[in-house]
Amino acid sequence: MSELTRKSLSEIRVLLAGKKAGALEVTEACLERIAATEPKVQALISVQAEAARETARALDAAGPDPSKPLWGVPLVVKDVLCTRDVPTTCASKILEGFRPSYDATAVARLKDAGAVLLAKANMDEFAMGSTTENSAFFATRNPWDPERVPGGSSGGSGASVAACQAFGALGTDTGGSIRLPASFCGIVGLKPTYGRVSRFGMVAFGSSLDQIGPMTRSVEDAARMLQVIAGHDAADSTSVDRPVPDYVSALAERRDLKGLTIGLPAEYWDKGLAPEVAETCAAAVKKAEELGAKTVRVNLRLSEYAIAAYYIIATAEASSNLARFDGVRYGYRDKDAASLMDMYVKSRTKGFGPEVQRRIILGTYVLSSGYYDAYYRKAAQVRRLLRQDFEAALAQCDLLAGAVCPTTAFKVGAMTSDPLQMYLMDIFTISTNLAGLPGMSLPVGLGRESGMPVGLQLTGRAFDETLLLQAAKTLEDNLPAAGFPEV
Amino acid sequence: MKISPEEVAKVATLARLDLSQATIEQYSQQLGDILGYMDKLGELDTAQVEPMYTPVDHVSVMRDDVVRKTARREDILRNAPETDGAFFIVPRIV
Repeated sequence: MSELTRKSLSEIRVLLAGKKAGALEVTEACLERIAATEPKVQALISVQAEAARETARALDAAGPDPSKPLWGVPLVVKDVLCTRDVPTTCASKILEGFRPSYDATAVARLKDAGAVLLAKANMDEFAMGSTTENSAFFATRNPWDPERVPGGSSGGSGASVAACQAFGALGTDTGGSIRLPASFCGIVGLKPTYGRVSRFGMVAFGSSLDQIGPMTRSVEDAARMLQVIAGHDAADSTSVDRPVPDYVSALAERRDLKGLTIGLPAEYWDKGLAPEVAETCAAAVKKAEELGAKTVRVNLRLSEYAIAAYYIIATAEASSNLARFDGVRYGYRDKDAASLMDMYVKSRTKGFGPEVQRRIILGTYVLSSGYYDAYYRKAAQVRRLLRQDFEAALAQCDLLAGAVCPTTAFKVGAMTSDPLQMYLMDIFTISTNLAGLPGMSLPVGLGRESGMPVGLQLTGRAFDETLLLQAAKTLEDNLPAAGFPEV
Repeated sequence: MKISPEEVAKVATLARLDLSQATIEQYSQQLGDILGYMDKLGELDTAQVEPMYTPVDHVSVMRDDVVRKTARREDILRNAPETDGAFFIVPRIV
């Protein structure tokens, strides 16, 4: 049984399609794995075991369908994504018991592709956080070392995939929330170009920053999931009407990295990296050079302004997006409220956790009269400059490479007393969301000191996921296998 | 950058949050640090720069003004804390 759960998505897909393994058999293997690992890892908020079995039985009865590229493949979905009739909490008390009446588009597309949805994954509340410690319910542990965080905010998705509970997961990324947990958990995580994947049904945090993306154990797996979820959606007016390339076939078109130029931003390499991270990422870059890539130093001179711009924009947008949670139509309503205003205030105050409240206050402040121009408008101007910075760098190379995070996964509780220090963990990932570019984390080895996974971040031009995936796959094929955590 | 406890309390009212005095003071401190960090944006000359509020070059997406039924009342009301089957019920306003 455990042999099945260790397979990659691409491998299990073939076994299922060829009837070497049944859909129910594979689903049961995952459910067993979940039962065995959840006491230690706590990746999941809710498990839909019976519904998953029912879906799997129905698939088996109908037989493998070649038109469904994920036929029978069990997956996990971050609890920020609406799943019809299945509780969707965003890891918040304010949405405890909430059951959406529709599926997010990305979820519907996975279902249409034949996937079996096993569970809703834990996360930082409303995607606000970098460690999954801000979940209102419980903290998820890193499968590689349960004393350490899995990263966040898609920490449940990351841990679930790393622990082989499922063959892939959907995460979301607003400031690094796919890439950071992927890096900390030693798996692949891809944040697509803004507009590549529909945000319909994703509970919004930062509407100009959010994207849904795959978290998987291999690059090919990520390509297969992206293939299914990408593409225009009339229900999301920010989704871009642009053809989706064949990401999977494109992977075979590249055997080496000849002709590719990789940019190394000085601001991401010169200082601030833990030695083990610098060393492991540098070794991966050296491997890329051996495979034929040219490397060139580039500059992203405005990097030091990115966090400030991001936290103004993200919190401003969040304060607006979270205004809908008022106890009126769904979610927690305080029973003792004496008046309408009292209902709003009590429901929100009791329903939202401290980090969410802190960000709402910050966002409300920067948007308030008298401060809007100094903060929000200014940050939006800086955002344009940051994008131009990236465009200039990407004119000199095909993609950028650097560490995802200055450190590997740290101990639970290490950052929780200092919000600003926590925000600085996002330093290498947030610019990509501000610029709207695609970024992925590829596991490139274990850190020499901590023994924990190190992720290399690759950032590409807008809508150039094909190149990112090709480069990542080539590197992946030529680096030692990541291995599995002992959980 | 100092943000006074009074300012935090004012913003909390706007955000429909009721913060304890201890939390107001804690936020006053923490937000002061965070906003101080953000003041660094003042180092950049953005006088000629058009703000970029979204990374996609947007045209307003339109559709024909035709009525479409996309949801059922029961579904919309199913998560309501209080409903009479037709409306969301809230505390009296007037």
